[in-house]
Amino acid sequence: MALLRRRHSVLPGFGLTMGYTLLYLSLIVLIPLTALFVKTAGLTAGEFWATVSNPRVVASYKLTFGTSLIAATINAVFGLIVAWTLVRYRFPGKRLVDAMVDLPFALPTAVSGIALTAIYAGNGWIGQYLEPLGIKVAFTSLGIIVAMTFIGLPFVVRTLEPALQDLEREHEEAAAILGASRWQTFLFVILPAILPALLTGFALAFARALGEYGSVVFISGNMPMRTEITSLLIISKLEQYDTAGATALATVMLLASFSILFAINALQWWLGRRYQGGL
Amino acid sequence: MSVEVRSIEKSFGSFQALSDVNLSIQAGELIALLGPSGSGKTTLLRIMAGLEAPDRGSVHFQSHDVTHRPVGARRVGFVFQHYALFRHMTVFENVAFPLRVRPRSSRPSAKVIRERVDELLGLVQLGGLASRFPSQLSGGQRQRVALARALAVEPEVLLLDEPFGALDAQVRQELRTWLRALQRKIEMTTILVTHDQEEALEVADRIVVMNKGRIEQVGTPEEVFHQPTGEFVMKFLGQVNVFHGRVQNGQASFADISFDYPGYPHDVEREARVYMRPHELDIKRSPEGMPSLGARIERINPAGPSAKVRLRTDHGQEVLVELNLDRFRQLGLTAGEQVYVVAKAARIYVPKSDPEYMI
Repeated sequence: MALLRRRHSVLPGFGLTMGYTLLYLSLIVLIPLTALFVKTAGLTAGEFWATVSNPRVVASYKLTFGTSLIAATINAVFGLIVAWTLVRYRFPGKRLVDAMVDLPFALPTAVSGIALTAIYAGNGWIGQYLEPLGIKVAFTSLGIIVAMTFIGLPFVVRTLEPALQDLEREHEEAAAILGASRWQTFLFVILPAILPALLTGFALAFARALGEYGSVVFISGNMPMRTEITSLLIISKLEQYDTAGATALATVMLLASFSILFAINALQWWLGRRYQGGL
Repeated sequence: MSVEVRSIEKSFGSFQALSDVNLSIQAGELIALLGPSGSGKTTLLRIMAGLEAPDRGSVHFQSHDVTHRPVGARRVGFVFQHYALFRHMTVFENVAFPLRVRPRSSRPSAKVIRERVDELLGLVQLGGLASRFPSQLSGGQRQRVALARALAVEPEVLLLDEPFGALDAQVRQELRTWLRALQRKIEMTTILVTHDQEEALEVADRIVVMNKGRIEQVGTPEEVFHQPTGEFVMKFLGQVNVFHGRVQNGQASFADISFDYPGYPHDVEREARVYMRPHELDIKRSPEGMPSLGARIERINPAGPSAKVRLRTDHGQEVLVELNLDRFRQLGLTAGEQVYVVAKAARIYVPKSDPEYMI
């Protein structure tokens, strides 16, 4: 049991905290997830496959993963710019902007969904100008991306901020003296240093977008095969008392998001291993 | 390449970092900017590098005014106190960085870059460590990588900001000697910032002593040590005993001692400070009719090239005396003993602040 061997510490409480951690994780995370698999096991392999490979379901996977990926990418780029601005510069109203970043965290998702729909609908504040240009946002996959971008932004900004604060001015000065242009300094010196944090932010925003339900269902219009996300299908299956079918979809989503997060973590570990410790 | 700064002024907010700094450095010289923290030495270095713009004044390389030339175009090698190595790059990539970021038209081929980096790593004696990451190196090795990287821009001036500040004593000593030898070999104008007077005295051709944003004295190590032009330089370079005394009518006096001081022939009495270096003092068992201070020995430290004896005078002031070991053995001093301190040399400074008198 080498895993349980612990170092002596002046702070007691390993037993208590570890016990609490295990209990908490079991009650909140592990047992519900296990229940998911147990419920799914009520289906035969054939039934399971038929449920999860139904064309309407497959379309929803594509939509959900596709829009989540696009939203997380948009957030990674613009979240970086927002975090950069907040960390690097002082300007009037900075605290206000800073607080605004957290709004998507705080707002009930249904509220943001309704607000976004109202604004981007054909007769909404922004929608009325986009519509004549042939850009429809509400009730299309574009709307889903907007909603997912909205709810994912704080994840990227808040994970990047500490990394940007840790950047040492000396590194940028060194790059400048060594003849690098600003763009080269950003690309070769700053970006590699914040890449692990950027990846974490991206992964969090992506995971959040995959699971988003509240805000998306309002703006998407929920048209089968076109703007129907997987979470919505799960809910509608539950409403039809098809618990096994709902859990089957949930299992697929769970496995897929788990493998994606695992891959991102592995990438991060590989990046981090290269220059961990020391200066 | 020679470097010259003319009437440089720089302030940060209400803090005057540099005021009217003029300095001229010859090609191939190794100059140490020496001073306590906040004296403006690093700011001056950063202005020469182009990392900071002066409020007034100009910087000249050779005969060119480079005050408004951007950092990247100045061709200076700069070594930061904390190395500033790029930690996600290997040693090789760090040193290759300045070659790789050159505009495409003047960028050397991969083969040339490899040769050049190998040559530089050989120069700093790190040939075998090209594929390591900075986190896998010791402090001294990192500093040498930083130096190799600085040299990769083919600089005409090398600027070092407290290059040995973060290293332990032994490594410092080694690197110092090594840097001196390297500088001789490549004959590059080098300016080094340090707050360590010993380092400055040992390495530099000339020392620029700075205090409160001004240059106090410029001179060879010998000059600044033996002929300090002011109290600050006297106090900053090496240990010194200070006595408060008075001057009047060509006489100086402190404690019970008075002696001739023709530098002040006026009859208005003025305060003065008397400075004596520990090695300029001697200890006697009896006063022998010479001007001397009675004192009691408090502590003796005979470790090192000379014996350091700490005494307290009968007036309650602490005095440090450094005796060479032969003299120390000959005296056979013990702690607690009552002895007499005799001065072989002393410097007197009369503060100029008094508005009634200008000297």
